This record gives sequence, C-alpha cells and structure tokens, in this order.
Amino acid sequence: MHSDAFDRYHHGHSAVHNLDPRVKVLVTIAYIVSNALLPDGAWIAFVLAYAFLLIANLLSGLGLGFTLRRSFVALPFALIAITVLFSIPGDPIAEFKFLMWNFVVTDAGFLRFVSIVIRSWLSVQMAILLVSATEFPKIIHALNHLRVPTIITVIISFLYRYLFVLADEVMRMLRARQARSAATAGIRSGGSLIWRAQIAGHMAGQLFLRSYERSDRIYNAMLSRGYKGELMTIHPHHFHKSDLMIGAFSILLFLFLQIAGRL
Amino acid sequence: MHLAPQLMHIPDGFLSIVISILCWAITAGILAIAVSRTNKSLGERQAPLMGVMAAFIFAAQMINFPVAGGTSGHLLGGALAAITLGPWAGMLVMTAVIAVQGLLLQDGGLLAMGANILNMGLMTSVVGYGLYRSALGKSQSTKLTMAGVAAWLSVMTGALTTSLQLWLSGTARLDVVVPAMLGVHAVIGFGEALITVAALTFIFRTRPDLLGESSESARGSRGWIVAGVLIALAVVLLSPLASTDPDGLNRVATDLGFINNAQSGSGPLAGYTVPFLTNASLAKIAAGIIGASVVLILAFISGRFLQKRSRTENPNSTVRNRQSQIADRKS
Repeated sequence: MHSDAFDRYHHGHSAVHNLDPRVKVLVTIAYIVSNALLPDGAWIAFVLAYAFLLIANLLSGLGLGFTLRRSFVALPFALIAITVLFSIPGDPIAEFKFLMWNFVVTDAGFLRFVSIVIRSWLSVQMAILLVSATEFPKIIHALNHLRVPTIITVIISFLYRYLFVLADEVMRMLRARQARSAATAGIRSGGSLIWRAQIAGHMAGQLFLRSYERSDRIYNAMLSRGYKGELMTIHPHHFHKSDLMIGAFSILLFLFLQIAGRL
Repeated sequence: MHLAPQLMHIPDGFLSIVISILCWAITAGILAIAVSRTNKSLGERQAPLMGVMAAFIFAAQMINFPVAGGTSGHLLGGALAAITLGPWAGMLVMTAVIAVQGLLLQDGGLLAMGANILNMGLMTSVVGYGLYRSALGKSQSTKLTMAGVAAWLSVMTGALTTSLQLWLSGTARLDVVVPAMLGVHAVIGFGEALITVAALTFIFRTRPDLLGESSESARGSRGWIVAGVLIALAVVLLSPLASTDPDGLNRVATDLGFINNAQSGSGPLAGYTVPFLTNASLAKIAAGIIGASVVLILAFISGRFLQKRSRTENPNSTVRNRQSQIADRKS
C-alpha cells in the first residue's frame, strides 16, 4: 500500500500550470489577503472574487467545479464561528430554545457568520487550485525565491521527500498491529484505554528511532555525494513577460475588488 | 471520525487581518531566532535530521488508537518533538509540518498559518520543553511524569491561544469558545500525554543516549524553564477567568485597542468596517508589529542573559562540547 494520497498535483500543460510558480504563490496569497480585507456583506465583491476563481479553474483545465468539490475540508471549522450568530447586537431575525438557553439570531450576527464562511470558502479553494496546478517542489522553490529562509524550505523539501516513505512505514506498523489484534465477536478485547494508548506510543517511539537512524544514513549518503548544506536544482525558474502581466492584472483586480466591496 | 486536534488548524477567513499579521510577525521573529540557533548547534547536518524528523511527526500523527464509540486519539507532536530534538529544532520541525499541512492538504489556511504555527508549533515547544527541562537531572520516572504534564499543558496552551485569536478576530464569543476548546482539548491532551510518555519510555529503554544529559534534548538553557512555566501558569490562570469573567478580558482588549464594543461581549468589527487604507487600521497594524517586536527583543535579551548564566554555572559544558565534536567526527 503506497500512501501517495497526500499529493494533490494534477498533471497538465494549461495556462495556469505554466505560470511562474512565484507568480502563482503571490497571487494566491494576495487573493486570500484581499478576501480577509473585504468587509462583511460585500456581496458584489464576493461574487466577483468567486468569478475570478472560476476563471482560474477553467484556465487550469481541471474543470469549473474542480476546487468546489474539494473545498469542504474547512467547513467543520464553521462550527467555531457559530457563536457570532447570537453575540452581535442587532435586530432579531430568528429565535429558538435549546435546553435552558434562549438563542436569538440577529441580522448583524447572521451577516457576519455568512461573510466569515464565504471568505474562508473562497480562500481554501484558491489554495487548492495552487497545489493542484503546481508541483509541490516548485512551490517550495518559489517560497525560497520569496525570501523564506533556506533552512525552512530545505526542511520542507525533506519532509515532502520522506513523508511518503515514513507514511508507508506507519501503514506497515498499523497493519502489523491489526494482524496481532485478534478478537472474538461478542467478547471485549484490546485491553484498557491506557494500554491501547501505550501501544500507540510505543509505535511512535519505534518510528522515532527508525526515522532518527534513517536521517543519519541519509546525511552520510549526502555527504558522500558532495552535500554542502544546500540543495541545488536543475529547474531554474524563468520569468516571462506574460507572468508579470498576469500577476499585475490579478493584483489590480483585487484592488478593484476592495473598492467594489466598499461601495 | 478522528478525535483530531483539527480544531486548532484555523482556516483562512476566520482570523481578522490584524490578528493574522500580528501572529505572523511574532512567528517570523521567533523562527528567525530558531534558524540562527539550530544553524549554530547542528550546522549542515540539520537539514536531513530535521527534515526526516518533520516527516516523522507528520507520519506519527497517523498512528491512532481507538478510544470509544468509533472515535480515536492521536498525536499532535509539538511536545515530543521539542523534548527529543531540543526546543529550537522542535519549533522548526513543527513549522515544516504545519506548513505542509496548510500548503498541501489545506489543513489550516495560508494567511492564518502564522497563528497556526504559533499555536501548534511554537507554544507547544516552549511549554513542552520548558516543563520537561525542569525535571532534568531527576529520576527517569520524574522526567516521564513531567513529560506527560508538559504534553497535556502544551495542547491546552495551543487551544487557549487559538480561542483567544478567534475571539480577538471577532469570530467567536469568549465565554463560549474558551470552555468549548479547552474542554475538547483536555481530552485530546490526555491522549497526547499518554502517547508522548509511552514514546519517551520506549526511547529511554532502547536509545537512552538520545535523551541523556549530553543530548540535544538536555542542552536548552534554563530560560526555557522560566518561559515554559510562565506560559503554563498564564494558561492555568487565564482559562477559568476567560470562561467565567469574560468582561474583564473584554475590558483589557478594549484598552489595548483590539475591541471597540466591549458591551456586546463579542469580538471587534474593527479592521473590517474601516477601509484598509485609512490611517486608523494601518496604525493598528503598525502598533501590533511594534508591540510584537518589543516583546521579542525583550524575550531574546532575557534568553541571552539566562543562557550566559547557565553556561557559567555549568562546568560540564566544555566536556559536552568535546563529546559533540567527537560525535561529529564519527558521523
């Protein structure tokens, strides 16, 4: 069983795929910042922002509803924001009783709640599009160009490289545990909760040692190939005029969104 | 369903721009120190070591154990990483893990990543390592007990700072979000403590040298104990206050300029109602960044001071350096 389930990249040669990774990362961040800056209830701006996202989706060749289908990961978090429904003063629009409390939903609270969910939902879709249309090592390379400290990007590249190896290791360990956990139907098995947590902890300790020793081997192997403390690439980024145009156009559009959101 | 600490991965859109930038500023400052520190102590060896250990934390989060009724518990790993690798390295490892979770899996946002790293990577490392460090030189069972307490408190700290950020962003009500988050994470933290202690027990048994007196995990200065204990104390004192007397905290937040309408008992609309180009909002962001830098500089200076003191207190340090040199030559 291979755990390449983590990789979100979809191979392609679309306009979005071919865009310079630095531009893609910057536009994504600008888009998310722009969403965060939009005031509550800026419906026109929200619709325009979604239109931008749909066009990007279309240009990426992944399909109009591609990011929408994968965007529900952030929704459970909306539960956290649910309290704003009742806590912001305004005209009551709905009222219900739960146990001993009386909840009054206000219009201002409702407006704020919906705005928070929309902002989050737009932002997460843009981030999904970024990783779906850009190979992850290229994103890391772009971060390096954008002045993220080299050591952090190098750690992230190593993490990405060995994530799959260690995830496979974990799956083997989980399978081994399952193979040794015989159970008869109807009879309680598997020890106490503390015992089960201990087994999981021992597995984590085991994995720690294997990883630690592996990192030693990797370092020695790298030294033997002339490692000097930084990773080199044979894929330099080429910045085209079209990259600049698209980047500048997007940023201008986000500025326009800010104005549209405040009309 | 996983009983995952997923509630701590804040997605984009839930934090106000002021809080997001403030958290990014604090996180970036602390990480800058961490980068220079690990550079000194580990040199070029740090990249493969920390990279693979980051993959370890990522993979270890997949190890779950059944709790009850189809739910399962698993590791967050901040305390374990800081205890085994040392606090600065632990911070960088957790940062990489959270960055990949946010970038690759959209588990947590990009603008909110500063806050996520602060909550799950930096706070957990300081509290986890600081409390564990206080048991250094004591018996193994004391160390393990302390590691358990440290792991539990590190999760609670992350949960509390997450709640406070959500409240300051006007996304949640203080007297609801704090008890809810802390209640859930008290249980999650219990699982975290059990796994951390069991993992450390295993390492003590098989590779005691990795946790010994001359290891990376014992090298942190005394300042960590102070920082860890202080934050843990703040969590213990602030949590009941936030859930029972939110008005008091609201007043503090008003005085600090985070919240405009304290009466409503809810978060600020500031930063949203004000267009971002006006002076008030920019001034607020600038004030936040200046405030964060002042705190950072103070923390850095006191850290330097404490480290110097612990170095002079410790006659074994030269022996330790010799040992590490020998170890370096071997590898």
